[in-house]
Amino acid sequence: MADAHAALQEQFEEMPQQKEAATLGMWAFLATEVLFFGAMFMSYIAYRNAYPHAFAEASHHTIVLFGTVNTAILLTSSLTMALAVHAARENNIKWLFRFLAITIFLALAFLAVKGLEYREDLREHLWPGPHFKPELPPQAQIFWVLYWIMTGVHALHVTVGVGLLSTMAWLTSRRKFSADYYTPIEMSGLYWHFVDIIWIFLYPLLYLIQRYSS
Amino acid sequence: MNAVTPAASVETSIERAPKNYLTEGGHTLKSWLLTTDHKRIGLLYLFSLLFYFTIAAIAAAMMRMELITPQGDMVTSETYNKLFTIHGTLMVWFFLIPSIPAVLGNFVLPMMLGARDVAFPKLNLLSWYLFNAGGLLALYAVMFGGVDTGWTFYTPYSSTYSNSHVIAMAAGVFIAGFGTILTGLNFIVTTHKLRAPGMTWFRMPLFVWSMYSTSVIMILATPVLAMTLALMSIERLWGVGIFDPKLGGDPILFQHLFWFYSHPAVYIMILPGMGVVSELITCFARKPIFGYHFVAFASVAIAILGFLVWGHHMFTSGQSIYAGMVFSFLSYMVAVPSAIKVFNWTMTLYRGSISFDTPMLYALGFIGLFTVGGLTGLFLAAVGLDVHVQDTYFVVAHFHYIMVGGMVTAFMGGLHYWWPKITGRLYPEKLGRLAALTIFLGFNLTFFPQFVLGYLGMPRRYHAYAPEFQIYNVMSSAGASILGVGYLLPLIYFLWSLKYGKKATANPWKATGLEWQTTSPPPKHNFVETPVVDGPPYQYSAEAAEAEFKKGEIYG
Amino acid sequence: MKSTNAQKKNYIRVWIALLALLLLTWGLAEVNLGPFNNVAALGISVAKMSLVVLFFMHGRYEKPLTWVFIIAGLVWFLIMVDLTLSDYLTRGDVPGARQTWRHAEKNPPTLQPSTNLETFH
Repeated sequence: MADAHAALQEQFEEMPQQKEAATLGMWAFLATEVLFFGAMFMSYIAYRNAYPHAFAEASHHTIVLFGTVNTAILLTSSLTMALAVHAARENNIKWLFRFLAITIFLALAFLAVKGLEYREDLREHLWPGPHFKPELPPQAQIFWVLYWIMTGVHALHVTVGVGLLSTMAWLTSRRKFSADYYTPIEMSGLYWHFVDIIWIFLYPLLYLIQRYSS
Repeated sequence: MNAVTPAASVETSIERAPKNYLTEGGHTLKSWLLTTDHKRIGLLYLFSLLFYFTIAAIAAAMMRMELITPQGDMVTSETYNKLFTIHGTLMVWFFLIPSIPAVLGNFVLPMMLGARDVAFPKLNLLSWYLFNAGGLLALYAVMFGGVDTGWTFYTPYSSTYSNSHVIAMAAGVFIAGFGTILTGLNFIVTTHKLRAPGMTWFRMPLFVWSMYSTSVIMILATPVLAMTLALMSIERLWGVGIFDPKLGGDPILFQHLFWFYSHPAVYIMILPGMGVVSELITCFARKPIFGYHFVAFASVAIAILGFLVWGHHMFTSGQSIYAGMVFSFLSYMVAVPSAIKVFNWTMTLYRGSISFDTPMLYALGFIGLFTVGGLTGLFLAAVGLDVHVQDTYFVVAHFHYIMVGGMVTAFMGGLHYWWPKITGRLYPEKLGRLAALTIFLGFNLTFFPQFVLGYLGMPRRYHAYAPEFQIYNVMSSAGASILGVGYLLPLIYFLWSLKYGKKATANPWKATGLEWQTTSPPPKHNFVETPVVDGPPYQYSAEAAEAEFKKGEIYG
Repeated sequence: MKSTNAQKKNYIRVWIALLALLLLTWGLAEVNLGPFNNVAALGISVAKMSLVVLFFMHGRYEKPLTWVFIIAGLVWFLIMVDLTLSDYLTRGDVPGARQTWRHAEKNPPTLQPSTNLETFH
């Protein structure tokens, strides 16, 4: 038999087959994530349809600056992730590592901004429950529950992403990847872009309801 | 037969007790607990499933004992609520959903495709661990006070008022669900990427088509269940939820989200059984399947259409009447591909050379019982009739005919069929037939009276009932004890066969299919050489079989 | 695929487009466009998603089979939304029906459950 690639697993015949399987598997996983977040988006749609004014009023208390900055941060992190994959393909391991590091840094920046935002939200009594901001109508609590859950689950995914990309950076530093084999980097990239896409939808839905009247 | 002749070594190998996946790869517990061999993982699942099935069966036995008398005199109503909840959650999530896919699918699917393993063997092992981690949480919930919400976890009872271990059980189901998702993902990618040379889509056995369709449902539906249970748990933990009417929330939203998963889930709990039946009917009628393409596409159609009908569980919930009509219409549509399959199996039997070995008895039982279950589903899909029988024993009978009469029966059939391949031993055929008949009789005695009960108005989930219902309840409980004996028999003789059963050849049923072209049990990597496929599946000949039978040469 | 520098320039262009769309979506939210606010916001989000999928995730180069997986995820989410809304958008579309969602905002439920059945018509 011809020399098998070091990374070829025994259930596969050749590397392209293994890579195609990995790609299909990752996209299938992302489809499951669409449905996972989808249940929350469904709840949001149902209640915004029922209580448009309460939702608009509730949304005016989100901090647009933080939301917009965070969106810009994530979009940029997608760029650096794509550049990391590109560097791998060009066998530029030095820049692969650097772009991974920048992406991780941007992800942490996102979480930091989120943390600051959460602190502000809590100060404003925007945590649903008996001490919820009394000036807002009762249905505004539903908006805010969805806000906390949706951004919370998203932030969890960002955190997992940080772990994933950190692992990739570590493996890169151990010379595991080259232009010949960098599939895990690409797959991590797909995951990371997905996390970005979720936020792309969260941003207008949570921050931008009827801002003209706030 | 797919044009691969087994190597000479395969035929004589039973004499030499060859290396196989049970002996290769280690004998230690560690070698089993850290295995990535799909065959071993299938067996690991079999042991786990047996455990949870037993607990759920005991709960059912206690329920049937209570229901012998009209008064609620054996257990309190609170305890009874816990019994049917435990029975439902364990049977659905910790037995039926994994059953055929995780045991038979894991074992047989890669071999049917001519592959060495699934696409992601380590994820496969992770699936089993996730299943058991979830199972442990469910077990905790069961042992430390139980859950009383019903397997459907409806809000606001589950999120606000119940005083039982709802979150532990929900968390268990959540975690086990990710095991299911990974299994589905694995099967999909395996089917796309690991087929042997010459194995085109339309040369695959129909079991693979069923498993593929099941896997599509698994990966698209289960995440919604996960999030829904999480939302319900958040509301329960922090009282800040989104189903609370006091804040303007809608409990029916929970039902929409829950049934968006749980209806397709029932197709997860029947499609694999249909796949097994296609294998059994062809083998034991010695005939190619009638209408291969129709059966294959019907599997896919069931998977897709199954996502469009969930509101038929909510006709009486407060859902809008317009939505009810839409869901009712779509529910009639989804029955069509199932009916196509039943017609095609029947036409396969026609002019076949039929033998009544144990697997065939189960397959024939499936066709009849599934048809009853499916037709009564159409009764329920009619909104007007559903108003009267919703939440009665009619519904209970309907889904048991499909899940037990259909899926469990097919599981038993598949277990018997592939037992020689999995273990290298034959089970005792006469006992097998006796058990199959016992199960069939016990099952019908248990569940047919429940159709009558429901139609007459006896509600489900009640441990006390009006005295005029007693005769049917007694019949049902009597049937349940016979059914129990019927299921115990295979447990005993399968275990017996491991040591004392006749050794099996590579292909005791003279079946087609790549899994029969290798030894029983198979080697660790399934095939000595990667098989090459150049013909369609099910190349049986009924005429040839009849001729052989007349000459006295029956396989055995 | 394009040559290495052309690829990199492409990524940067996509990034700039994404940031521009971000500013656009923020800007439009400050203007009252009536129902078109929703259309615009969703439309811009879909555009951003498409850019990320096509260019950053290399969707452009993927096989049709991969696209089946991508589309399936989106379509299945839409199935959930569509059929669920078929309930919510038609509640009360029967003569004589009780208080419906659309009226709920004008008569929000109080935090104490009402014991007076008169309020339930």
